[in-house]
Amino acid sequence: MIKTIANLQIGEKAFIEKLCLDNIPLKLLEMGCLPGIEVQLIQKAPMQDPLYIKVNGSHLAIRRETAEKITIIK
Amino acid sequence: MKNNKDVKVALIGNPNTGKTSLFNQLTGLKQKVGNYPGITVEKKLGICKLNDSVKAEVTDLPGTYSINPTSLDETLVLDTLLNEKNNSFPDVVVVVVEIENIKRNLLLFTQIKDLKIPTILVINMIDQMKRKGIDINVNELEEKLNTKIVLASARKNVGIEELKEVILDYKKLDTTSIGKITDKIDKEYFTKLKNAFPEFTLYKSWLLITQNNEFEFLNDNQKKLVLKFREDLGCIKRYQHKETIFRYQIINNVLKSSFKIDKSKASDLRGILDRILTHKIFGYVIFALILLFIFQGIFDWATYPMDIIDGAFASLSSWTKSILPPGTFTNLLAEGIVPGIGGVVIFIPQIAILFTFISILEETGYMSRVVFLMDKIMRKFGMSGKSVIPLISGTACSIPAIMASRNISSWKERLITILVIPFTTCSARLPVYAILIALIIPDKRVLGILNLQGLTMMALYLLGFTAAIFSAILLNAVLKIESKSLFVIEMPNYKIPSLKNIFYEVVEKTKAFVFGAGKIILAISIVLWFLASNGPSTFKNSEQIVTSKIENANLSEDILQKKVASFKLEHSYIGYMGKSIEPMIKPMGYDWKIGIALISSFAAREVFVGALATIYNVDNDAENSGTIKERMAAEVNPNTGKSRFDFPTGISLLLFYAFAMQCIGTLAIVKRETNSWKWPILQLVGMGILAYVSAVLAFNIFS
Repeated sequence: MIKTIANLQIGEKAFIEKLCLDNIPLKLLEMGCLPGIEVQLIQKAPMQDPLYIKVNGSHLAIRRETAEKITIIK
Repeated sequence: MKNNKDVKVALIGNPNTGKTSLFNQLTGLKQKVGNYPGITVEKKLGICKLNDSVKAEVTDLPGTYSINPTSLDETLVLDTLLNEKNNSFPDVVVVVVEIENIKRNLLLFTQIKDLKIPTILVINMIDQMKRKGIDINVNELEEKLNTKIVLASARKNVGIEELKEVILDYKKLDTTSIGKITDKIDKEYFTKLKNAFPEFTLYKSWLLITQNNEFEFLNDNQKKLVLKFREDLGCIKRYQHKETIFRYQIINNVLKSSFKIDKSKASDLRGILDRILTHKIFGYVIFALILLFIFQGIFDWATYPMDIIDGAFASLSSWTKSILPPGTFTNLLAEGIVPGIGGVVIFIPQIAILFTFISILEETGYMSRVVFLMDKIMRKFGMSGKSVIPLISGTACSIPAIMASRNISSWKERLITILVIPFTTCSARLPVYAILIALIIPDKRVLGILNLQGLTMMALYLLGFTAAIFSAILLNAVLKIESKSLFVIEMPNYKIPSLKNIFYEVVEKTKAFVFGAGKIILAISIVLWFLASNGPSTFKNSEQIVTSKIENANLSEDILQKKVASFKLEHSYIGYMGKSIEPMIKPMGYDWKIGIALISSFAAREVFVGALATIYNVDNDAENSGTIKERMAAEVNPNTGKSRFDFPTGISLLLFYAFAMQCIGTLAIVKRETNSWKWPILQLVGMGILAYVSAVLAFNIFS
């Protein structure tokens, strides 16, 4: 099964897969969410959406639909 | 004031970098904002004295993470930097970065640097360095980034003088860019681009072709070329991604040896607060308590200064009358201008208190958590978590609230937010509510602590929000707009709010209200006074007519005077206007006098109270005393013999004012922000129908 940021458990860490560059919106890239970088899920909002992640030193909240596009490897 | 020696400075930076603190330190109270129609400048400008002879005109641009805009306020930044003919095109750009997030912050810096505009880098919040275990080598950074660096702590006023000196010397700044990114991406492609626009810097040409919007400053030939390059969309997208990755590589290389952070010093206060404030139960409870505190607080605290202001203007009005010789000018002053100004000043306490709360919540970083908590819920109503801040700001004034929706990137979510904001209880409704509540709801306490009048006010706030939510659901179902939306928000670190920033924010918002919307209110008050104290021929002969009618009766001079005044009002221009709409407003339980107040508050609802003041002032000319409330309470409905402002009429009025779109300023701003008359007209008609129907229903149910 392909895992994405949306599959992470709270506190869990993983690396953003190198191949999914085209799926990451430009704005997220610019905010530090780059392929090969470690990402950690900090918190889920009630109703599991949005997701609060820490990536490249930035603390960001993104919607589940965006998170589902970003594949990860352990 | 302006001369050729003035330096134009643009402040740019990510949100939460302390850019606004820096702006406040540089310019102090010499700031102006175009927030209101008529003065449609959308940027924050301020003047800063650099030395005895040179001044800087500083523009505080909206916070942005990159030069590629995803929302309207970010587009402002790009437009400012690309259009060299624009008169706010900067001589020098000051990029503000925060020391802790320097890596991400530098991305924007490298982009701006590539535009070859002289650029200064301000590293802010250096007072946090020790605590966070951060060590930087400034000289090395300056060399690698080809720039001048100023270390600052804007809140503590550190580095401001040094920055001024660097700005003065801006012509000496190195404008070479950092690393040849374009060569790394695709040398051939960018050579082609460079040759197509030899008049622009390469990065500017690249920005022109990567955006979707049309740039007005380009000539026809340039526009055609831009469109041609845009055809290869896939390639542009791929290169933009590559560009970002290369920029991060360069930044990582630069920071590797010059920036060190000791991770063991990081505290977990943020983690603990986040777990509580975004908890699935406590998070909402805390947010609800904060809102409750704000609203109950506003009603309780603001009434004291408001009563004082109300009383003071009433006495000022009679005092003016007593010391000046009688005449038209005295009447204009005492009955038109003074109450008119009073009608503006009375809002200051509420606007100031509300914006104090809002800016505290924003400054601490709590607002981002609210956005996070509310996003999924708001999406069910077709809005975004980011709509929460505009909706809360709407409780102060719709105009800045609508402008605060500019950071919502989805057009549909933004449009729905804009359309429903006017339902939130703005401070212009508060005086109307306050006076009506005081007349029809007893001043009792329930459950020992809660004030019944305060609870009614709270209920009206909830009614406003409910109306906003339901109309959003309706709009979400009806509007067929496809819009791509990307929702990314930064969750900033918690901060202790800066008193100075809050003070400037509150002053700015209040000033904009007083000088912007206040002008409309004052003007209407004067027109109203004129219409009430002039009229056709019967008006001029009123004294004779009244005297001849009651010839035989033995009336005292006092009562005669009153009868004349009342006859005069009825036969003034405004009296005729009120009478002509009486059949239409009768189903809501209003008479022609309330009709006058309705007509005059069409442009701005707060005029209602002022209008009643003017009406009853003219009406009770003989005994020129008492506050507006006392005069309203004394008014009797001739048909029923009961008080004019009884419960059914009061409720009907409350509902009418809760729903009707009576604000020219808001309509104008909606037109501007949506770029179409369609939406403000929809608001005017839709809200008008809702207001009328619910007022009629309420009046008939309660009578």
